[in-house]
Amino acid sequence: MSTDKTISRRGLLMKMGILFNGLVVTALAGPIVRFLLSSVTRGRANRYLSWVSLGPVSQFPEGETRLATFRNPYVTPTDGKTADTACWVRRIEGEQFQVFAINCAHLGCPVRWFPQSGLFMCPCHGGAYYQDGSRASGPPERGLFEYPHKIQDGLVSIQAGELPTPGASAALLGKKPRCA
Amino acid sequence: MRLIAQIGEWFDRRLQLAAPIREVAEHPVPKNTASWWYVFGSAALVVFLLQLVTGIMLAFIYVPSASEAWNSLQNLNHDVTLGWFIRALHGWGSNFMVAIVLIHMMQVFLFGAYKFPRELTWVVGVFLLLMTMGMAFTGQVLRFDQDAYWGLGIGASIASRVPVLGPAIVKLMLGGPIIAGATLSRFFALHVFVIPGMLIAFVGLHLLMVVKLGINEWPMPGRLVKRATYENEYHVLTQKDGAPFVPYAVWKDLFFAAFIVLAVAACAAYFGPFGPTGQPDPTVIQTAPRPDYFFLWLYAVLSFLPPSMETPALLIGPVIVIGALLLLPFLSGEGEKSWRRRPIAVLTILLVAVTLATFTHLAGYTPWSPHMNAWSSDPIPARFLQHRTALERQGALVFQAKQCHNCHALEGKGGQRGPALDSVAVQLTQDQLIRQVIQGGGNMPAYGKNLSPAETTALVAFLQTLHPAGQAPARDASRAVAFGGSGENSSAVRPSSRP
Repeated sequence: MSTDKTISRRGLLMKMGILFNGLVVTALAGPIVRFLLSSVTRGRANRYLSWVSLGPVSQFPEGETRLATFRNPYVTPTDGKTADTACWVRRIEGEQFQVFAINCAHLGCPVRWFPQSGLFMCPCHGGAYYQDGSRASGPPERGLFEYPHKIQDGLVSIQAGELPTPGASAALLGKKPRCA
Repeated sequence: MRLIAQIGEWFDRRLQLAAPIREVAEHPVPKNTASWWYVFGSAALVVFLLQLVTGIMLAFIYVPSASEAWNSLQNLNHDVTLGWFIRALHGWGSNFMVAIVLIHMMQVFLFGAYKFPRELTWVVGVFLLLMTMGMAFTGQVLRFDQDAYWGLGIGASIASRVPVLGPAIVKLMLGGPIIAGATLSRFFALHVFVIPGMLIAFVGLHLLMVVKLGINEWPMPGRLVKRATYENEYHVLTQKDGAPFVPYAVWKDLFFAAFIVLAVAACAAYFGPFGPTGQPDPTVIQTAPRPDYFFLWLYAVLSFLPPSMETPALLIGPVIVIGALLLLPFLSGEGEKSWRRRPIAVLTILLVAVTLATFTHLAGYTPWSPHMNAWSSDPIPARFLQHRTALERQGALVFQAKQCHNCHALEGKGGQRGPALDSVAVQLTQDQLIRQVIQGGGNMPAYGKNLSPAETTALVAFLQTLHPAGQAPARDASRAVAFGGSGENSSAVRPSSRP
């Protein structure tokens, strides 16, 4: 008769089998989790962002707001047209620019510029913004997202690469816009 | 005949399936549950099977690549024999499935079927509802067109509002920094492998519990559920007043299931497939994205929430709703089952139904959105221009050119974002009109920077003509005092008593 403390050979082998499986799972868990989270970890330290050119300064008349498009700096082979992105470029005067994301600060729908009334309007929930990107009316909590920009060798460049969303870190998409 | 029986015997000796199948088919159910009210669960199952079959057929042709998906949908619609019909069956099947699952849930709620001992059946059902909604959303994404693209943007914008983790969740959801190839691939995996796999497992569990615990008896007012006695009572009921599920009750399920599949097929044949709309090209911005009908109510809610309420409502709302659904059977696991004695349950269903229907209806004509083309396509009705001064007509031009018409309707034409202006002059005095135009407010942008003084004067002159015949425009009585009776609108009917 065996007491509680003894362990049979079969029982030991089964426990070792479970332990062995546990070790294998633990070893595999690392690569699996890293693979699953790769799109997050890769984006840390703003590695998705880089400077892209929107074209020569002369393409943007002073005092006007024009639609510009650029190819997202981070692309994969199956992206097709989805990696083409649009933005609104406002040339105030000289080398003073503002570059707004196309995405409404409410839920990301594409805003349209109406030069006649000097407003950006969103087709989804009726958000409206003034020409300087600040919130005019509707559900958005803030003004339009602004890309950091620079003028170099006569070219307008912006720092882009991520879909602007209301929760994105402030460092990524510039300051909160001024109040109207 | 004998040969068939022999073959059947040969197989069953090896499969051992006949006995358990017979047991399930012949399990006794209370006679009064053989009702047309009890057919929605099986109908949901049948539509789910239809979705599985048509989904697999679509996967024969569909290419889950951001650069090719749209073209492969066009190919299905126009080139592949009856590709359009299979797409239409799948699309209409999804609409029907959402509707039937909701009706099934409503019936279960009103009949008290979630009470002891069927609490877990309900909980699994709540997860099935969530998965059905998940299938609906991911399926809309696979129809990779403009609506899908911007719908993903809306999803990402909502997800990004989660405190701290928001940006990480967005990248996890999109599979990268933007909506692109990786996004479609992972939504394909979710729609085709992950969620259906879970659905099949949960449907199996749900059915197993239905068979093991028995179909909920027809609720009788006054027959209360008690944990101590219910199982015995149910057992007695099925013994005394029960009948085998097959064929006593199943024929109604069969008829209704066939009717529903026929309805799906009729809708598919008559209305055809959904989309795809324009290509998913983010540089084409002349688009007004809209979700499919089961998310329209949410689309409407999002435009009515005040900005400060939105993030809390988006993040806390679903937790409360799902939490309430999951807790329901544990909070009211005993007691009255009949809807005749549960007025709050009936009112809850009515409230939810009316709310969802109202928001869905509103989303049909989006009164909160400016009509982007009203300024150039909806002319000012002629009666507002006849017998007007040059200045007032100039104001009408400003009204069109500055796109006031996009948000303000005249004679029912134009946007509904702001109030209709047919009789604005009765409500606002000249000074109030000027103030409103220049400074905005009450959800209207300020136009001070965009209108010259001359334009403002003309616009306000036009707005002051907008009042019903025989009803004088509003006037500021203090003017008459200040200007000695020669103030603006001094010809108004009678002085107001306001200071």
